[in-house]
Amino acid sequence: MSDSNIPRHMDPKNSFQGLILTLQNFWAEKGCVILQPYDMEMGAGTFHPATTLRSLGPKPWRAAYVQPCRRPTDGRYGENPNRLGHYYQFQVILKPSPENLQELYLESLYAIGIDPKVHDLRFVEDDWESPTLGAWGLGWECWCDGMEVSQFTYFQQVAGFECAPVSGELTYGLERIACYLQNVDSIMELNFNGREGDEKISYEDVFLQAEQEFSRYNFEHANTDMLFQHFKDAEEECKAILAAGDTGNQHQMAMPAYEQCIKASHAFNLLDARGVISVTERQSYILRVRELAKACGGAWLKTESGGA
Amino acid sequence: MPELLLELFSEEIPARHQRRAAENLKKLVTDGLVERGLLYEGAKAYATPRRLTLNVAGLAAASAPTKTERKGPRTDAPEQAIAGFLRAAGLSSVEEATVQSDPKKGDFYVAVTEKPGERTTDVIAEIMPQIVEKFPWPKSMRWGSGRLNWIRPLRAITATFATDGDEVETIDFEIDGLKSGNITYGHRFMAPEAIKAKRFDDYSSSLEKAKVVLDLDRRMEIIRSDADNLAFAQGLDVIADKGLLEEAAGLVEWPVVMMGSFDEKFLSLPEEVVTTAIRSHQKCFCLRTQSDGKLANRFLLISNLEAPDGGATIVAGNERVIHARLSDAKFFYDTDLNTPLEDRLPKLENMVFHEKLGTQSQRVERLVQLADELAPQVGANATDAARAAKLAKADLVTDMVFEFPELQGLMGNYYALAQGEKPEIASAIFNHYKPSGPSDDVPTEAVSIAVALADKLDVLTGFWAIDEKPTGSKDPFALRRAALGVIRISLENQLDLNLQQIVSNHMARIASVDETIVADLMSFFEDRLVVQMRDSGLAHDILDAVLGNGGLAKGFTLPSIVTRAKKLAALTESEAGESLVAGYRRAVNILKAEEKKDGKTFADPVDNGAFSQDEEAQLFSAIKVVNESVAANIASEDFDAAMQDLASLRTPVDAFFENVLVNDDDPNARVNRLNLLARLRDTMHLIADFSKLKG
Repeated sequence: MSDSNIPRHMDPKNSFQGLILTLQNFWAEKGCVILQPYDMEMGAGTFHPATTLRSLGPKPWRAAYVQPCRRPTDGRYGENPNRLGHYYQFQVILKPSPENLQELYLESLYAIGIDPKVHDLRFVEDDWESPTLGAWGLGWECWCDGMEVSQFTYFQQVAGFECAPVSGELTYGLERIACYLQNVDSIMELNFNGREGDEKISYEDVFLQAEQEFSRYNFEHANTDMLFQHFKDAEEECKAILAAGDTGNQHQMAMPAYEQCIKASHAFNLLDARGVISVTERQSYILRVRELAKACGGAWLKTESGGA
Repeated sequence: MPELLLELFSEEIPARHQRRAAENLKKLVTDGLVERGLLYEGAKAYATPRRLTLNVAGLAAASAPTKTERKGPRTDAPEQAIAGFLRAAGLSSVEEATVQSDPKKGDFYVAVTEKPGERTTDVIAEIMPQIVEKFPWPKSMRWGSGRLNWIRPLRAITATFATDGDEVETIDFEIDGLKSGNITYGHRFMAPEAIKAKRFDDYSSSLEKAKVVLDLDRRMEIIRSDADNLAFAQGLDVIADKGLLEEAAGLVEWPVVMMGSFDEKFLSLPEEVVTTAIRSHQKCFCLRTQSDGKLANRFLLISNLEAPDGGATIVAGNERVIHARLSDAKFFYDTDLNTPLEDRLPKLENMVFHEKLGTQSQRVERLVQLADELAPQVGANATDAARAAKLAKADLVTDMVFEFPELQGLMGNYYALAQGEKPEIASAIFNHYKPSGPSDDVPTEAVSIAVALADKLDVLTGFWAIDEKPTGSKDPFALRRAALGVIRISLENQLDLNLQQIVSNHMARIASVDETIVADLMSFFEDRLVVQMRDSGLAHDILDAVLGNGGLAKGFTLPSIVTRAKKLAALTESEAGESLVAGYRRAVNILKAEEKKDGKTFADPVDNGAFSQDEEAQLFSAIKVVNESVAANIASEDFDAAMQDLASLRTPVDAFFENVLVNDDDPNARVNRLNLLARLRDTMHLIADFSKLKG
């Protein structure tokens, strides 16, 4: 249970940032490097190279970080209580997955104030797949009293390469957990800084305007010709970097190449939100991103961190 | 008697795999034991989310020694042969073989191999690693740095063998670094402590004390009866759902049923929306008020925990989630209602149905044409059928169906009614997916029938045209189900449709018409028909016989084929029919033999003047009468009369075979008689290919 000594405004029950900080402290204690969000737009915490690339190759790795996720199609102009085009995931990646990963995860829930003696915690089958990353894994949705609060995945394949050793990935849906802990029905009502009265800053104060503006932009105004060009540019640049960095047995620019893959993926997401990609084209765009991801994964395996 | 206890303790096994996995474990282990000569009295397997358990009772402690004899060559056989025998038998010299004498064959070598009995524990230790490594999970995974594949990480293995008395031995083996032992664990949260496993009885009662109900069926029964009791006390009935019950029981080791409620305002939503949100997404049971049968604003949740607050927190949490889900649903419903279905159609242009078959929008265009064409044939108003076909897929692009795909069709029905469509059009939108399985209803309203048939025939014609037919167990587009749907709709509504012509016309809308492809699809329908009718008691040889003389490709309709088959079945079961079939076989056998002998077929006209016996003339005149009459009766689909015609042949046929010798010494008489029998065969073939009937 969250430490009774911590100040009220840091308690995950009252504070969104308190929730984040508690999780960071928890996983720092378990030996993870605590990274900051990757400085690029991406649709899920899994895209962060600390997960995608680091889950490849033989070297052990432990990291935890918050990643803002941009899913333009999920934007609802800030009007839907549970759905946003921009939200946070808390991501933990442990390689190789430790034997007590489930226990560690449950302990982390306890740390943020979810007591397994009072709450009904369940591991419900979930086969995870990311067609754009060429990745899949098996695990569960983790339910707390009927609500999905996290995803728990043992990576089997990433970027088309078999994961050996296997990484365990935990993804916490921060806003949803916070709504539950703070007992509010809408994300916008969340207390962000845990203060009260004049000092209180809510999620709405921080993000409502952004949600509205980005919904407008993503759905109505994003320049699709330009985005198609961005996609193409990123794809070409990615391939160019991959070719230039390859010295045969080694690769010298796997990470810059992968950033272009992230860019292409985000351009695709924006185009998808604008409704200009038909279903058949959709498939072919996903395939194109996957090809980039695979090539980047292959390049990473030829770097030092990739175990070459 | 000694008994074996095995437990494979893992991270949470998906609910839908548990029952099968337990059965597989039982089969693999008991097969392995039997193969090694170890018999047992009984075996039972159990599954919970965290463990597969097997108890084999009445198992011998060791297998009996075995003695095998292998016969070798004669003692005076060439050296090479003897050496080969020794090698094959695993003997190092001829002294190790015994010599046996046979009065006829003389002396020869025999290798006697005696195998001592094996300890059961050794056998288990030997077979378990293989069983675990090759376990048939539908989808398995690796974890950590290991190489083992299991459904989810395997954490502990318990293997004990109890002999008489209190003696319990732990069976030692190791699988990918995991050592077997005798320690298991109780409920994850309520009793996580280690438990020492001994005999099964003791193990299962220890687990029960540690809040684990080992038996899936018992957990289901607990949930069912607790749910009923809780509901009854509130004047409610549980909406039974066996699939959900098994799933819920597969998600808990210690089921605790509790009741929650939701805001009454959500009862204004279509009932199926509420129950789908609660059942398929939250895995909770819905309830009806006993007094009026209406959906109640209550639900039952199955938790895995006895909480100190009596479950108040758990119920409150579930209520919040269900409230959020229903709020979403209401939001989708209200927004969906703002856009007429027709205005959504352009969005279907972006939905690809199949790469080679175009978009949903193109498919809808075809459905409209086909439904319009089918309407008069099924008694539907063509304008209504075309309208229903046009709107049939529009709900695929509503928010509600996007979120709850299982509500397709149903939402279209509600939205159509809300925008003032005719009720028969609205219900056709819902019914056009039917029947969605062998136990699902078949549409009976004319407009629904037209669109439901159009939907299935378009899919079948399309996939046949692009050569994507089902093969073996692979049927990714559920084409067998579609064909069965067409068959059931046609038969249950007695629709005399010329499928051959309909499909042929429709293929022109998709690709160029290829009659061989159409014929192939017709025989696919016939194959499905045979399977379907076999299930309803009509033997396949009867249908084969009927189809043998004219199936769908010849323009016969499904109901007429089935009617003919039923009449034929009745005829063959009657005394006259049996005797007639016997006469037919006799005729055909004689013809076959004689045709072979003469190297020619007998197909010449029968010569009236060559008859020397009355029975010949009588049979011939009977055949002539029946021949004309059968043809006319078949044409007017009066199968009863056609069968009676055939039955009337019985007496002359019997009389003929009784009194006439076919193979007469006079070659002219013989050939004429053979021609007569050929005529008899051909006449009977007007009704069915009797050669397809099983003897």
